[in-house]
Amino acid sequence: MTVILMPALSPTMTEGKLSRWLKNVGDTIKAGDVLAEIETDKATMEVEAVDEGTLARILVAEGTEGVAVNTPIAELAGEDGSVSVAPLPVAVAPVAAAVVAVAPAAKALPEDRDWGPSAPLTVREALRDAMAIEMRADGDVFLMGEEVAQYQGAYKISQGLLDEFGPKRVIDTPITEHGFAGMAVGAAMNGLKPIVEFMTFNFAMQAMDHIINSAAKTLYMSGGQMGCPIVFRGPNGAASRVAAQHSQCYASWYGHVPGLKVVAPWSSADAKGLLRAAIRDPNPVIFLENEILYGQTFECPTDPDFVLPIGKAKVERVGTHVTLVAFSIMVGVAMKAAEALAEQGIEAEVINLRTLRPLDIDTVVASVKKTNRIVTVEEGWPYAGIGAEVNMQVIEQCFDWLDAPPVRVHGADVPLPYAANLEKLALPQADWVVAAVRRIV
Amino acid sequence: MAQAAERAKPADKAKRAKSRGVAAKAVSNQPGLPKEQLLRGYRDMLLIRRFEEKAGQLYGMGLIGGFCHLYIGQEAVVVGIQMALGEGDEVITSYRDHGHMLATGMEARGVMAELTGREGGYSRGKGGSMHMFSKERNFFGGHGIVGAQVSLGTGLAFSNAYRGNDRVSVTYFGDGASSQGQVFESFNLAALMKLPCIYVIENNKYGMGTSVERATASHDLSQNGAPWGIPGVQVDGMDVEAMHAAAEIAVAHCRAGKGPYLLEVKTYRYRGHSMSDPARYRSREEVQKMRTERDCIEGARHRLEGLGVDEAAFKAIDDEVKRIVQDSADFAQSSPEPDPSQLWTDILVER
Repeated sequence: MTVILMPALSPTMTEGKLSRWLKNVGDTIKAGDVLAEIETDKATMEVEAVDEGTLARILVAEGTEGVAVNTPIAELAGEDGSVSVAPLPVAVAPVAAAVVAVAPAAKALPEDRDWGPSAPLTVREALRDAMAIEMRADGDVFLMGEEVAQYQGAYKISQGLLDEFGPKRVIDTPITEHGFAGMAVGAAMNGLKPIVEFMTFNFAMQAMDHIINSAAKTLYMSGGQMGCPIVFRGPNGAASRVAAQHSQCYASWYGHVPGLKVVAPWSSADAKGLLRAAIRDPNPVIFLENEILYGQTFECPTDPDFVLPIGKAKVERVGTHVTLVAFSIMVGVAMKAAEALAEQGIEAEVINLRTLRPLDIDTVVASVKKTNRIVTVEEGWPYAGIGAEVNMQVIEQCFDWLDAPPVRVHGADVPLPYAANLEKLALPQADWVVAAVRRIV
Repeated sequence: MAQAAERAKPADKAKRAKSRGVAAKAVSNQPGLPKEQLLRGYRDMLLIRRFEEKAGQLYGMGLIGGFCHLYIGQEAVVVGIQMALGEGDEVITSYRDHGHMLATGMEARGVMAELTGREGGYSRGKGGSMHMFSKERNFFGGHGIVGAQVSLGTGLAFSNAYRGNDRVSVTYFGDGASSQGQVFESFNLAALMKLPCIYVIENNKYGMGTSVERATASHDLSQNGAPWGIPGVQVDGMDVEAMHAAAEIAVAHCRAGKGPYLLEVKTYRYRGHSMSDPARYRSREEVQKMRTERDCIEGARHRLEGLGVDEAAFKAIDDEVKRIVQDSADFAQSSPEPDPSQLWTDILVER
């Protein structure tokens, strides 16, 4: 004898009305036959038979309302009697005691070390060199994007790569961000290691679904089976006079997502060391560059093995009175502000975050415990921004060390205007940082 | 599942598919499969059907949560195509994916246990009905965002072209997804790069509750790749032999390095879009007509009877399938829920 139970016919149904029986006692039932009609919280649905046999007994009369899910509604006599009774469902009990989920502590990160002699290098060259070195070392690494090959890169980041690696590994794509980002993620799921260049991250919004839903979440949803070793890179944030659609900082958007790593280099050493690490990383890495920095020159280690750890911030300047936390182009702004402050007798410690996710909050907290004051500096909007996150974590971890409220310096909460004077009013300047510091020191 | 031991002769009508931009109708009932292979196909289709019926039952009992999209009615599509594939060929599809997984040889136990959200599931309970994967069986999901798998499948084909192996990848999607912009972006990329990608539009006539006529101005989805020169044919998706014949042509085309190929499969799902769909957008008569006149399993059984397969052979298959499905259901209920520590694993690959 098989018991037929009141079925749940929607994710939210707990009970329903058994409106009508379409079979009578004694009828032969085959799999797929419609047995009854049930009114759910959404609509009237048909219930089909799964098991075969003869309808032996109807346990709930038609027209009965409020029949709880899993109530036996009928009995089916098996053809050969061998069909076992369908097991009564056991409600999956919620975890008895409220367990506060606590994320395991992050693993210790490899330390940055002294890489010896250095030489001047532009950020542009640093990025190109990083890709070239990793492509030489690993045949599965390739670069794709708009204008990366024959045009030598919209911002000349990929200059010379086509000549060295050929069209198979340096691939011009059509203007089709959604499509080529998805294609690259598919290739990464199958074991290749794509570097996807977005001409700017503004255009990556077209590809957002693949970056978040396909690249970041698949490892988790596959129970660890299907990884996605991929780098999405390109300029992020404001360039110069290109207005709102081409001038947005996406740091907090990507920083929000578990399953992604988010890197934002400032100097040539950051760019080279972190891009090499990003390409080698088995996870999806968002690599946020800055167009204005491309042409800037910094000292960069010449050691052929030079690489930096993802997830480790750098103290760019040591100070005792206030901690300035910045990333990407704003590190330069913070450094300039620190110089101005020094002239006023205030020694600022400047932290270059380098990685936004995972965030090296330990370095920030250690600094704040020394200076007792923090000012974050970012080009993006304040609402739910990186500064909000850094400051909140500081409050959580070293509230008692703070001698003043944390302060955020950030881009104006407006779409970035085109007019030169308005644009300048919208983007953080060194004197904004100086003024912010003077409020709390 | 069993690989094609011998290649069946493709239906003549389907050969016209070679001509660019021409709607070649491969709808055919011409004999294609030898008895043993057809018997295997019958068994595989029956396994999917019984598995899905059981999944529907477990859903009704509250053991499966969330969304659950059943494949009942469409079994011939994946079974016919899978028989034309070789070891290493990849498969990717949407959220109506249970049949595809069973067809690629994934174990019923692991699929069912994922449906119940248990440790023994293919994604250890963290993906559910719509998100399952098997590296071992080259099954790349199981994707919940309509159309996303088309770009991803194009990427699988890209990786094969990049590596220079002769593998092909099969990318399944529905008539609903066929309107997504990224599908056309993918067609362009695949044609431009000559990627070995077989696009299969499983046209079951309804994208959720919207009929294909109300969703697209394209009257022949097999020609949706025509602007890029992607050959496309319509295939009778209720006929496993027609499916196999069309797939053979598509696979040969892709393996020969000629670029992508498109199959528009005319199929039908008997159940609603998901478990909570009352399916009021179509009549009971329409469903009943397909079930009684066009059912792929009944059709294959009829052909097999003509080839001399007796009742005992069918009974043996029936019993085997029942055993597998019941075992999967038992396993799916006895496998433990994932340990709470699993909440924090598989977010990033740790080295």
